[in-house]
Amino acid sequence: MNSVSIFLGCIVPNRYPGIEKATKLVLDELGVDWADLEGASCCPAPGVFRSFDKSSWLALASRNIALSEAMERDVLTVCNGCYGSLSDANHEMKHDPKLAKETNKHLEGIDMAFKGTSDVRHIVEFLSKEIGIDGIKDNVKLPLDLKVAVHYGCHLIKPSKERELGSVEKPSFFDELVEATGATSIDYADKMACCGAGGGVRSALLDKSLDMAEHKFKHITEAGADLIVNACPFCHLQLDFGQIEVKKKNGIEYNIPVLHYTQLLALALGFSQEDIGLDMNFIKAGNILEGKV
Amino acid sequence: MTIKPSQLLEDMGFSIQTCMQCGTCTGGCPSGTYTGLNTRRIVQSARRDQDVLNDNDLWMCTTCYTCQERCPRGIKIVDAILALRTEAVHSGFMLPAHRMVAQVVISKGHAVPINDNAKGQRKQLGLDELPATMHKFPDSLEQVKKLLTSTGFVELIAEEDPK
Repeated sequence: MNSVSIFLGCIVPNRYPGIEKATKLVLDELGVDWADLEGASCCPAPGVFRSFDKSSWLALASRNIALSEAMERDVLTVCNGCYGSLSDANHEMKHDPKLAKETNKHLEGIDMAFKGTSDVRHIVEFLSKEIGIDGIKDNVKLPLDLKVAVHYGCHLIKPSKERELGSVEKPSFFDELVEATGATSIDYADKMACCGAGGGVRSALLDKSLDMAEHKFKHITEAGADLIVNACPFCHLQLDFGQIEVKKKNGIEYNIPVLHYTQLLALALGFSQEDIGLDMNFIKAGNILEGKV
Repeated sequence: MTIKPSQLLEDMGFSIQTCMQCGTCTGGCPSGTYTGLNTRRIVQSARRDQDVLNDNDLWMCTTCYTCQERCPRGIKIVDAILALRTEAVHSGFMLPAHRMVAQVVISKGHAVPINDNAKGQRKQLGLDELPATMHKFPDSLEQVKKLLTSTGFVELIAEEDPK
């Protein structure tokens, strides 16, 4: 099934709509058959809701997947958290008949059923496998001369058991996609480290969560990156707005622009910064991109 | 507390008794450096049935899964931490910020709902003011509320001070 429904989640449409716009522009340019997943809810967030009550987490996630099943489309997520929740839930529902039966009993109450006919995809993994590096390169109109600090984020690749995306310690598929735009993916210390936002840590322990983000800002700055490219709007929020919060906390200004991969790709495909809402980020990208796009 | 943490985890298939306390989990923990979270100690407490459910460290895990990927014994450490959190929540403990997020999902269907600023940005980008999520389809929100009532979530979250 190569036709997809876009699962927007919460942060993309409600805090960083530029990512939604970039996603749709990019998919159109690459000729992907997509539709909105109408009426979808929160995925719900994996680190918190799954830890509160597994059956509620599974029921809500299964409802979202069932909506896509009804459209006969795979679910396409643009967020590591949504991907983590929905792909893990999809896997459990498909492989644990007892859980599936219990969950479907709840879904019956709203006249829905999980059938197990759709897959859950993440846009970075989807582009890497379905379009491929050469497919991306063929479509690039404006090669980008940028040094990029790639931030995979955790739930894109972990837990690795059902992901089949290669090494979790030194993965390369995301770096390759970034480099397909003409940019260079630079190495930096603790590249695979978490941004600090997940698991409900940002919402309940903001100060500590920002320490973890700043750990990344320091290393990314030391490595001389022009910008950060991520695969997840929650990491995006932590790494973009987090710089404002860190500055408030200790006065240190990092000023590193942060782009979701779809935004980086959109630039390489010839769209403008205005088209994809880069000026809506808290850290403005303008000066960094001047002359390099 | 009717069931011991060690028994609960063993019943769920987490082989925490095979932990050899090597500390690989703690060594790779991005949270530990800053929050004091000591994953090795959590596993040890759970094994010994110490008061792990009231341990604040449970809530400092960002669920990055580094420890779980690296555990030489193959223990699903993060999944076990999530299971312990679930037990803590069902015995009445929940951080106020987490209860709030849960309440927002019940009332709006999204953990981070739309606001006026985002509506303006969406318009500027040429997107519909309301995204095609349940913000645009109010019937969906009724479905979600019904679903979360059916699973007992609404009741679970409403309990401010269960005794």
